[in-house]
Amino acid sequence: MTMRTPPIEIIVCLSFLGLAAALGISARWWKRGGRPMAELGEWGLGGRQFGTWITWFLLGGDFYTAYTVIAVPALVYGTGAGGFFALPYTIIVYPIVFAAMPKLWSFAHRHGCVTAADVVQIRYGTRALTLAVALSGCIATMPYIALQLVGLEIVSQALGLSGELPLLIAFVALALYTYFSGLRAPALIALVKDLMIYIVVLAAVAVIPARLGGYAAVFDAAGRTLAARGTGRLLLAPAQVVPYATLALGSALAAFLYPHTLTGVFAARSAATIRRNAILLPAYTLVLGMIALMGYMALAAGITVAEPNMVVPALLAAMFPPWFVGFALAAIAVCALVPATVMSIGAANLVSRNIWLAYVHPAATAREETEVAQLVSLLMKVGALLFVIFLPVTYAVYLQLLGGLWILQTLPAVILGLFLPGLSAPALLAGWLAGTVWGTATVFGDGLVPVHQVILGGTQVGIYTGLLAVALNAAVTLVGTAYAQMPRTRARRAAKAAGRGSAG
Amino acid sequence: MWVLLLLPFIALLWVPFYDVTRPTFLGFPFFYWYQFAWIPLSSFLIWLTYKAQPHDDADPAD
Repeated sequence: MTMRTPPIEIIVCLSFLGLAAALGISARWWKRGGRPMAELGEWGLGGRQFGTWITWFLLGGDFYTAYTVIAVPALVYGTGAGGFFALPYTIIVYPIVFAAMPKLWSFAHRHGCVTAADVVQIRYGTRALTLAVALSGCIATMPYIALQLVGLEIVSQALGLSGELPLLIAFVALALYTYFSGLRAPALIALVKDLMIYIVVLAAVAVIPARLGGYAAVFDAAGRTLAARGTGRLLLAPAQVVPYATLALGSALAAFLYPHTLTGVFAARSAATIRRNAILLPAYTLVLGMIALMGYMALAAGITVAEPNMVVPALLAAMFPPWFVGFALAAIAVCALVPATVMSIGAANLVSRNIWLAYVHPAATAREETEVAQLVSLLMKVGALLFVIFLPVTYAVYLQLLGGLWILQTLPAVILGLFLPGLSAPALLAGWLAGTVWGTATVFGDGLVPVHQVILGGTQVGIYTGLLAVALNAAVTLVGTAYAQMPRTRARRAAKAAGRGSAG
Repeated sequence: MWVLLLLPFIALLWVPFYDVTRPTFLGFPFFYWYQFAWIPLSSFLIWLTYKAQPHDDADPAD
């Protein structure tokens, strides 16, 4: 599809993006109590001082991403009701946050942890397990950043800018302000991002259905178009029910294990800040649901696009004057830029502390540690670019679900360990390996489709591969822990230790 | 009170319960408005749990 784009869209869009970038670079000087940026707690956690409202903006800013504004409506446009699993996902995630994250924050705060791998290192003292958690964080983040880059690419296409240059410019701006300002940049830009996206969504849900004859008419027309196309319905088919529930549950369990969401959690001032945010953050879920509905609005408006990811920009272009389209595209771009920043910071904290500092250069100073993190934040984005180029997926959501599969494997070590203190480190490591290897092999075997078909009680059901993999992981962990705690195993280990003691 | 937090899971993961069109509300099929309704509902349930628990870690500066 070709989109004729008057320059006013480009001017408005680029002005708002320039504003966001300027804000990002000046964030370096925001809320600094005279501490040097050379410390990782300053660069990578913004000084651990964010209260309820800034945490709300930061967590909302990095949790609701191009996934929300591009990938979910594309899936709804393409497949109908099945794409809505993002709604139950982003509802049930908050009881989980409320139950687990204040506990994790308290532990991290008490021990000065910056990353999930720090937490695991202090709890189990096993370097191999710490490394496993750090690796999962890095690898899981790359497809998620890749999804943000897809979002940026879509915006530049919608503006009618051809070639890789616009993406490259956005990429360099993103890299620069991350490098200089650390976590303060996305925290400050998130304020602007939210204001912009709320304006766009309010305008869209007020104007578009009115022009299409109301919501009943929108659902009606969308249902007919889906039926005619044969790609989905307004309700789930019986075979879609289990995938729907397991994708929602698996995504919710994974959501706050990512380096970027944990970074937002650890940067909070107190455990109560996080509890209040579990109550307040669902406001964003309302926005996510509204944006998901834009997939149906596009179907009802008769929008046809060459690739489903273009559906929101195409709908906006059909419904709004050019200046507003420019504004909306800037909002979408910022929705991709803010999380991409926090993701690369979170993953960079992991590499510098838990891999480089632990294995390469244990005697590094705080300044060197931060410098490595700054450099890695650049490398993460290059890695993400490789995912975009080498993993062509039907729906951008698949990228996020692939990351989800990998990060879910840290659930037993990071979260289960909070509630079950006696888990054995070798068992956790074995579980992580089993879940990661089986899950990765299965999802690539299924052609990157994140739902695996299994036979349960004689009927075939599709289950989110990430959830299956973490179930395997947890089973291995629990069986292994039970084995390690058996009196015979303990006695043998004690005897071995005693033998070693007498020999030495 | 913590049992309240299980309600959103039951309500949203037992999909056949709400995978229907009627009753519609403001033009939304049941499948959609039911799930939207659970956004404020689960927020409210978390708030109830928050209020019920002792405030040993409250942050007055917030």
